[in-house]
Amino acid sequence: MAHAPDIKPPAYLSKPAIRWIEHRLPLLSTVDQFVGTQYPAPRNLNYWWNFGSIAGFMLVVMIATGVFLAMNYQPSTAEAFNSVERIMRDVNYGWLIRYIHMNGASMFFLAVYIHIFRGMYYGSYKAPREILWWLGIVILILMMATAFMGYVLPWGQMSYWGATVITNLFSAIPLVGDSIVTLLWGGFSVDNPTLNRFYALHFLLPFVIVAVVFLHIVALHQHGSNNPLGIDAKGPQDKIPFHPYYTVKDLFGLAAFMLFYAYFIFFNPNILGHPDNYIPADPLVTPPHIVPEWYFLPFYAMLRAITFDILFIEAKLGGVIAMFGSLLILFALPWLDTSRVRSGKFRPRFKIFFWIFVADCIMLGWVGANPPEPPYTVYGLLGTAYYFAYFLVILPLLGWFERPKALPKSIAEPVLGGGALAGAKTMEKA
Amino acid sequence: MRRLALALAGLLSFAAPALAAEGGPALPAQSWSFNGFFGTYDRAALQRGFQVYREVCASCHGLRHVAYRNLTALGYSMDQVRAIAATIEVPTLNDAGETVNRPGLPADRFRTPFANPLAARAANNGALPPDLSLMTKARAGGADYVYALLTGYTNPPAGVQLMEGMNYNTYFPGHQIAMAPPLNADQVQYGDGTRATVQQMARDVSTFLTWAAEPELEARHRMGVQVFLFLILLTGVLYAVKRKVWADQH
Ligand code: HEC
Repeated sequence: MAHAPDIKPPAYLSKPAIRWIEHRLPLLSTVDQFVGTQYPAPRNLNYWWNFGSIAGFMLVVMIATGVFLAMNYQPSTAEAFNSVERIMRDVNYGWLIRYIHMNGASMFFLAVYIHIFRGMYYGSYKAPREILWWLGIVILILMMATAFMGYVLPWGQMSYWGATVITNLFSAIPLVGDSIVTLLWGGFSVDNPTLNRFYALHFLLPFVIVAVVFLHIVALHQHGSNNPLGIDAKGPQDKIPFHPYYTVKDLFGLAAFMLFYAYFIFFNPNILGHPDNYIPADPLVTPPHIVPEWYFLPFYAMLRAITFDILFIEAKLGGVIAMFGSLLILFALPWLDTSRVRSGKFRPRFKIFFWIFVADCIMLGWVGANPPEPPYTVYGLLGTAYYFAYFLVILPLLGWFERPKALPKSIAEPVLGGGALAGAKTMEKA
Repeated sequence: MRRLALALAGLLSFAAPALAAEGGPALPAQSWSFNGFFGTYDRAALQRGFQVYREVCASCHGLRHVAYRNLTALGYSMDQVRAIAATIEVPTLNDAGETVNRPGLPADRFRTPFANPLAARAANNGALPPDLSLMTKARAGGADYVYALLTGYTNPPAGVQLMEGMNYNTYFPGHQIAMAPPLNADQVQYGDGTRATVQQMARDVSTFLTWAAEPELEARHRMGVQVFLFLILLTGVLYAVKRKVWADQH
């Protein structure tokens, strides 16, 4: 830990019965050190820092509802669609569980995307948090695989055709591409074996995500949270105990987020999905537009943006490289960003490019939702170009050319206006 | 906080074009009793709509996810439901292992008019009448679309050549639909004295099909309102607690 906490352990830990247990299994004190009074957090975290715990909450919601869906779902091409309708109509509160799960995926991605953009704005990926950042990207990629396979399970038209389009991408890989596709399918087209293995993996991967989230949190605790100023804590006066300050702030944010989430579950449960997925899968009828869920649209746009061969790379492979590259490039971000200043707050030029980047991702999402024809293809190509330029050109150069604003001396200084520490509870005193 | 809420709304709004993109003329939005936070089904309209389905659409379209027992939600008594179910015949095996028919039971699902899709196509000029249980969820626009489709038949505009057995419909994608206009004025006799105009029947059957697709809608809205009230209260309380806990930090 960055700073040894000065706060005394809570009184209940000294009760004899609890002491007896703690001596053998230090459960409560571990929790207290993880998210309790013994975990020091910067005193100045803003509401953008709420989305990590919200994402964690969504993971739990997805697993909890998923288990109940799995009890009633049948992974066969003949019965999958019907079994989902049984859940909706005949299982007690089945509709509730399914709508929580279905919209939960969107909420999970929303929270995670905001969490990632937050990290990118405040430079949370910079030393010494590079591995923490990597683990986050691993979580994102696992989430994408899980969500993609989950969308296949209801075996509607979009399930089937989405699976066909996306699995086919792997055939663009030279030499081994076709074998990979056969392996994914478990045969020579998307069919029953595909559905079976996707179901098995869809059940498995969330638990892998849990494990990686655990590592993510271990890495986080090594140096503690970054903060809006991006400067390291200078001493105990810069930190406050996680509990009660951030537990209550997180809970408040979570309740507000759930209100937003509840709107979709109860009043507009299908707005984030595609109507075609309420038509049973039919290998003989191709839908006019095959579109993935909204959270994949920017990547889908980059996939389709490359419509021309580049040297010996065929257009299809080029698109696949762009799509996967857009994720993989995030791993190199800590080194591509050459600025020594973490927080975008003190980087006047960076700010501009960052917000253009956010707008670019949203525009790519819009392009992905539209058919691959002009003018969308042009926007798609421009959007893809900016996406990569942001990482490969803008961030490396900005670090050299930008003159950051002066950094405050400590976290406590701007928060409390210098000497106004008197009476404030910090990690210094209990 | 406000900036955050705006950002959230912005991020989600780019999902919208994905869903509305499907082309065709804009659907006139109807006002339905089941829309909105407090929306419920109009029981009389549901019963009339069921009558239209049963007397008109059922000869071509199935409703395979709905069971007769579900009809109690339309306001029918269990005896009425038994009587409705008994009007159909369900194939079963007798003790000798021969296929025989028995009268339908409330637990049976709606009978599908054709033995299989091939038979359905053969009877409909090669076109397949889709099952209607999820129709309002399976088309952008939902009930508005079904209503527009049923009332959208016109003569083809000059210059449009209809293919063999096709009909012109303003709202069908591509405009050429294999289903002949299914509704004609006074085709059914409503028990409650409502005049069976094409618009009236289209409205009623659209209501009925929305119920068939979303039988949970009323329970969902009711629970949603309760959940909202609870969460608003909880958010408020937590905000107050947060303010209090943080009071020594500002
Ligand atoms: C004579 C048989 C017949 C009757 C009766 C009939 N339909 Fe159809 N219906 C069809 C056929 C055939 C199609 C497929 C049309 C196509 O794909 O071109 C169809 C398609 C539809 C569609 C789907 C349109 C789309 O977007 O794909 C709806 C909705 C529909 N019918 C509703 C109804 C309703 C409601 C009734 C009762 C009022 C009804 N139909 C009565 C034969 C019929």
